[in-house]
Amino acid sequence: MLISKQKPLEEIMEYIEGEKKVFLVGCKGCAEGWESGGEREILEMKKKLEEKGKIVTGHVVVDMLCDKALSAIKLKNFKKKIDEADSLIVFTDGAGVQVVAELVKKMVHPGCNTISSGGAHAEWKGAERCMECGNCVLEYTGGLCPIARCSKHILNGPCGGSQYGKCEVDETIPCVWHLIYERLKEIGRLDKMEMFVAPKDWSLSLIAGPPVKRF
Amino acid sequence: MKTKSNLERVLNAGYFAVTAEVGPPQSADPEVIRKKAKLLSGYVDGFNVTDGQTAVVRMASWAACLIGKEFGLDPIVQMTCRDRNRIALQMDILGIAALGINNVLCLTGDHPKFGNHPHAKGVYDIDSVQLIKIVKDMRDEKKFQNGEPIPYEPRLFIGAAENPFADPFEFRVLRLKKKIEAGADFIQTQIIYNVPKFKEWMKRVCDLGLHEKVKIIAGVSPLKSVGAAKYMKTKIPGMDVPDEIITRLQGVPKDQVPKEGIRICVDIINELKEVKGVAGVHIMAIEWEETVPEIVEAANLYPRPKF
Repeated sequence: MLISKQKPLEEIMEYIEGEKKVFLVGCKGCAEGWESGGEREILEMKKKLEEKGKIVTGHVVVDMLCDKALSAIKLKNFKKKIDEADSLIVFTDGAGVQVVAELVKKMVHPGCNTISSGGAHAEWKGAERCMECGNCVLEYTGGLCPIARCSKHILNGPCGGSQYGKCEVDETIPCVWHLIYERLKEIGRLDKMEMFVAPKDWSLSLIAGPPVKRF
Repeated sequence: MKTKSNLERVLNAGYFAVTAEVGPPQSADPEVIRKKAKLLSGYVDGFNVTDGQTAVVRMASWAACLIGKEFGLDPIVQMTCRDRNRIALQMDILGIAALGINNVLCLTGDHPKFGNHPHAKGVYDIDSVQLIKIVKDMRDEKKFQNGEPIPYEPRLFIGAAENPFADPFEFRVLRLKKKIEAGADFIQTQIIYNVPKFKEWMKRVCDLGLHEKVKIIAGVSPLKSVGAAKYMKTKIPGMDVPDEIITRLQGVPKDQVPKEGIRICVDIINELKEVKGVAGVHIMAIEWEETVPEIVEAANLYPRPKF
């Protein structure tokens, strides 16, 4: 069970500044359980965004968004509405956001902060994708997590040791900043990487904050 | 002049600057630093002391810098984000400024995995770009990272590193731009052996007009042996050592290899002097600091300007 909490609406509005049409994605797994991205919250968010003048081209609440194969099938059914949108906002934990970013060649905004894994991890096999840092930065990184996947947790990467797309620490690991660069280039949003990302609020993280689950 | 830095003065006056790197000892022996500083005195405009380079425990950069300062040298404290969080880094920034140090080089830092304490927890609370901005805000806005005011600000000439040979190549110039926007006054680059590739990078730097916003000091290093060249080529992350360099070293008798290494270094400096936008050289003679005076003289960069 990954515990997530919706980001403040103002933060989400900053993310989609300059965009008119959005597509919303929720999850019937953990996000519904924690009321951060189930059917009800997605509909509420749709209403809030429409009140702020945005067009919601559609929405989908996937059973287990962190299951990439299942999500691929689900999102395919909404291809037209997704194509119509300028970007997607995903209301679930960091793993879910990263699944959508891998499936869709568009800007994917995180709608939630992942607070804790509650003792378990998402369904995504093969690699750790979300470190429950509590202050999701996927907005700046094209939907690929530098906290979970960069050896130095750099927010303004890549560092000087990245060569041939590999991490200097272990050449079997891809340099996530290289992947971020390619992804942002592909979706025409390299401006995100040229932006200065300020020091992170680590106090919300289980690694640096107090050893309690905040939910 | 933003600071009392000798390096800033030399660069502002338009001289081709010379800095050198000093490796601190893995001990508490101050004589190691005194010996190296004596060698450099009069031959450089500033000297760096590395901050736990390759994540090996060594004498603190600021402490070794203070020892070097006894010899009239202008120290450049290297500061990495690997071992200290934003609280410790800001404390050190205040401390070095109070001790009369005028330059700081902001780095993210080599990962603990490479060092002699590979089980240590890397801190990485902030990254190098954020550290640059913090020092700049402390100096120019008189503010700590949390926004609180500083009654007596640290006046430091702010340096950063950039590696023209790391990937993705196209993004490297934009990352340099980010560091300039964050507040870098000067840049010391990764060691250059692949001059054509460096020139291509500098061309992009100049196309964006970045050479007018920051002083770029090109990194060089004399090679002592064929083995060292091969090691750098294959084992050091972010290094680019072309085969021609290795072939050139292999082409001389074994006892002549160090001399040839120095000649290659001087040739590279002479080439770099002609590259538009290059404001100086940074000589990283790793555990071979005694070659610096010879290199500086051979490259016609001696004597250094005095003010």
